[in-house]
Amino acid sequence: MSRQAAITFMSAKTKLVNFSSVKASLASAILPVLGLLVFIGLWNMLAKNIDTSLGQFPGTSAVWEQAQVLHQEHQTQQQKAEAFYERQEKRNADRVAKDPSYQPKIREFTGAPTFFDQIWTSLYTVMVGFFMASLIAVPLGIVCGLSRSAYAAINPLIQLFKPVSPLAWLPLVTMVVSAVYVSDDPMFSKSFITSATTVALCCLWPTLINTAVGVSSIEQDLVNVSKVLRLNAIQHVLKIVLPSSIPSIFTGLRLSLGIGWMVLIAAEMLAQNPGLGKFVWDEFQNGSSESLARIMVAVLTIGIIGFILDRLMLQLQKWVSWDKSTAMR
Amino acid sequence: MSNKIQLELSQVGIDFPTPKGPFTALKDVNLKIAEGEFISLIGHSGCGKSTVLNLVAGLYQSTTGGVILEGQEVNEPGPERAVVFQNHSLLPWLSAYKNVELAVKQTQKGRSKQEIKEWVEHNLELVHMSHAADKLPSEISGGMKQRVGIARALAMEPKVLLMDEPFGALDALTRAHLQDSVMEIHAKLGNTVIMITHDVDEAVLLSDRIVMMTNGPAATIGEILPIELERPRNRIALADDTSYNHYRHEVLKFLYEKQRKVESVEDHRKQRQKNQSDLSSGRLKTGTNQE
Ligand SMILES: Nc1ncnc2c1ncn2[C@@H]1O[C@H](COP(=O)(O)OP(=O)(O)OP(=O)(O)O)[C@@H](O)[C@H]1O
Ligand SMILES: [Mg+2]
Repeated sequence: MSRQAAITFMSAKTKLVNFSSVKASLASAILPVLGLLVFIGLWNMLAKNIDTSLGQFPGTSAVWEQAQVLHQEHQTQQQKAEAFYERQEKRNADRVAKDPSYQPKIREFTGAPTFFDQIWTSLYTVMVGFFMASLIAVPLGIVCGLSRSAYAAINPLIQLFKPVSPLAWLPLVTMVVSAVYVSDDPMFSKSFITSATTVALCCLWPTLINTAVGVSSIEQDLVNVSKVLRLNAIQHVLKIVLPSSIPSIFTGLRLSLGIGWMVLIAAEMLAQNPGLGKFVWDEFQNGSSESLARIMVAVLTIGIIGFILDRLMLQLQKWVSWDKSTAMR
Repeated sequence: MSNKIQLELSQVGIDFPTPKGPFTALKDVNLKIAEGEFISLIGHSGCGKSTVLNLVAGLYQSTTGGVILEGQEVNEPGPERAVVFQNHSLLPWLSAYKNVELAVKQTQKGRSKQEIKEWVEHNLELVHMSHAADKLPSEISGGMKQRVGIARALAMEPKVLLMDEPFGALDALTRAHLQDSVMEIHAKLGNTVIMITHDVDEAVLLSDRIVMMTNGPAATIGEILPIELERPRNRIALADDTSYNHYRHEVLKFLYEKQRKVESVEDHRKQRQKNQSDLSSGRLKTGTNQE
């Protein structure tokens, strides 16, 4: 083979290699898009053939249109609020100028919450509920994992309450909150407390169980290291137990947050508490010709937010975890 | 090596509870170890070598008799009896440096920050691991992990260094390197060492005395073979040495003639796994990730 030919042969070979790797990365980029396109196609095709009492089932264009309308509504509302505060400030300034002893009153703008307000409410609620649950579940899980007797004591409760749909708790939580949480100037609204508590009740279990399992399956050798070093109980938990069970704790936390988000929407629908669930329910009751499209916007939003929450947890897990392999999925 | 007796095992016996009643793993183990002595424990798989080591470490409690270190009975683990485990058992989320540092901070509370740093570095240097101090255990080789494990144990300034098959999982070349390191360190520091091994050459090369154990159940010390070879020892020079080969022969004779193993290794492994899972079946049964 001549030198020239050898070189062309080699470059052809590298091209081939490059080509197959390009093909692989192309496939991984194109396939999800393809799946999405097929879904959208099917959706639009089926939508045309579904007639409901509220008109035809919305296709992509109707949903997109409503998404823009919702955004528009939000902006209008914001402008109104800004104008309101400006007027109030001006009025107060005038009053103070006339009478320096006057204590200006600041009143909140009270427009109907827009779609975006509802998103924030739901996000905030789910986060608070999730944190409340985690604050209880992680320490309790550690205790259960460390002590066989603690586990034996708590296990029946876990088994009993884990399968209970949190929606069954909802009426009880609502009544208890309205009975117990009485204050003249409440920092949080009752509906918020109810929703957050309901979320917390179902976020408890996956975190609790996964933490307990993670802690109880620490390698015996590492426990022995801790014994040889004579670490005391607190050091043992902080230096050995927590780091080695971080991966399973996070598995539990991710499951909890996912479930919490699903449950929150249902709870809001059922209890008429502010949030995305209420938005869906209100639109359903409203029954205008755009309702279905607006609900569809909400459904997609719920899905996207759920997905983002999970990714964030995954990112956090990768960040705090030493075992990079468990954080891959 | 002085002649002062530092560690004594006296009439040590241990029963493990099993579903079929107590299992006597060790019975009447008697051994006196002088300060600075290097002892190897050798015996067939499952005879109870790790059990002896865990008793000295204080991780197990003897049923009869006791372990006495410098006149005091051992009944809990502690850094004066540092352990090098078979599977390195470094904390996987800490770098080599941090692993050693944890041990130093925990066992030498009097030291200043600067002193801690110097002591950690000194011990890593001793096992020739300074270059990889900032690597995580997952980023270094098996031999390197074992070196860090040894550094961690040495950093506790133990009276007795306990090593459970420290080089068992390593290839022959790496093992030879580490054996040389251990000899070097032992010459320098003069710690008392108890090492479990399966390797006859390793035992003869490193030890002052080789303790050979009979097969279980109710295993005990069969013979003790003093190795009177000049130190420092050189593996190449010793290869043709008649007394070296004589010692080797003695150990092999004990293992393969006097204590011939009848049950197969496979049976033992199964039995051991079963014993252990029986014991640990009281742990959480929930399995893995629920929900
Ligand atoms: N925690 C335990 N519970 C019940 N039985 C045990 C326990 N630990 C050890 N044994 C039993 O005691 C005997 C001795 O075990 P040990 O681990 O000390 O053997 P070994 O000599 O170290 O073996 P190997 O060379 O394979 O490491 C075995 O028969 C084993 O099944
Ligand atoms: Mg062993």
